Amino acid sequence: MSGPLKFWCLVLLVPGLLAIAPQATAEYGDVVLNRRAEKEGVRPVIFPHWFHRIRFRCKVCHAELGFKMRVGSNDFKMSDIVEGRFCGACHNGEIAWPPDQCDLCHSGKRGLPTGIVGGHETGGPGRW
Amino acid sequence: MRVFIFPGKPAQRRFVAVLAVLASAAAWGDEWASLRKDGIHDPRGPAVRVLQEPEVALSKLTPDTAGNMVRWVQSLEKGEINPRANLRPDTKIRLYESDVLLNLKGGMPIVRFPHRQHTLWLDCTNCHDHLFKAEAGATKFSMLKILEGEQCGVCHGAVSFPLTECFRCHSVARPGDGKPRPSLPIAIPAGAVPPK
Repeated sequence: MSGPLKFWCLVLLVPGLLAIAPQATAEYGDVVLNRRAEKEGVRPVIFPHWFHRIRFRCKVCHAELGFKMRVGSNDFKMSDIVEGRFCGACHNGEIAWPPDQCDLCHSGKRGLPTGIVGGHETGGPGRW
Repeated sequence: MRVFIFPGKPAQRRFVAVLAVLASAAAWGDEWASLRKDGIHDPRGPAVRVLQEPEVALSKLTPDTAGNMVRWVQSLEKGEINPRANLRPDTKIRLYESDVLLNLKGGMPIVRFPHRQHTLWLDCTNCHDHLFKAEAGATKFSMLKILEGEQCGVCHGAVSFPLTECFRCHSVARPGDGKPRPSLPIAIPAGAVPPK
C-alpha cells in the first residue's frame, strides 16, 4: 500500500470507526415521563431506575406504592405527589427532596416522548 | 478481548493494529454516559449540576457486560448496596426460595427460574397471577412475547439484564447434551464490531 493511499484510508476509516463506536446513550432503564409535563410548561421528567434501585428494592415502588410496570400506565398528577402518593411517598422532604424542587426531576430535553430508553445491548422491548 | 488473525504484510498489520487501538479508544469510557451527554437530560438545566452521575455510583459495584454494566443481584448479596425492602413498617417482606424449571421440551437449554433472586427485589404480586399463574406448568411461555415486552420481558430487556444474555436463563443442559455452552450466546458475523 502506497503512502498517500494509506493516508487517505486513515482519513476515511478513522471517522468511520468513531461513528460505529458505541454512542453515549441514556442509562439502561431510564424512563422519560412527558404525558403532561411539557403541556404544563415544564421539562419532561427523567426517572433513573439505576439510582433508585441502589436505595430501594423494586417491590417498594411496584408493590407498596402501586406503580404499574409499564411506562405510561401510571396516570398521576403533581397533586398526587404533593399529597404523598406515587413519587410523593418519598419525595416529601424527609426521605428525598420535596416536590418544590421541580427542576431536579423535570430535567429532560424538550420534545422527548414518554418511554423507557437506554441500554447497552437492547433498547428495550419493541412496544415500549 | 477477541483475537483475530489478519493476513498481510507487517506494515498492513501495524495499520490494522493502529485502527483497532483508535476504535477501542473511542469506545473507552463510554460505559456510563454523563448526564450532560446522555441525550435525554437537558444539559442547560440545573439538574445536571446536582444529580449523581451514573459512573460515580455504578463503577463501584460488581461489573457486568450488559445493561447497567452492574451485576445487581451479586451487588445486593455482597452488601455493596443495601436497598430498603419496605417503606411502611407493616408491609410483609416475602422471600421464596424454590427454583422452577421451564422450557422442558424446547431446543434451547432448560430455563432455571430462581425465586430467591427474584423475591430479593420483587413481591409475589408483581408477577402472580397476572403475568404467570402460580401453578407450575400452567403458563405457556413464548420467547416472542418476551421479546415484545410481555412475561419475563416486562423487566428483562428494560431494567433487569437484557435479552441478549440467553444463557443466564437457559442455564441447565438437557440430559445427554454434554457439550458445555459457550459464554457468548450469539455468533458474531465476520467483520462485525466485537462486543465490549
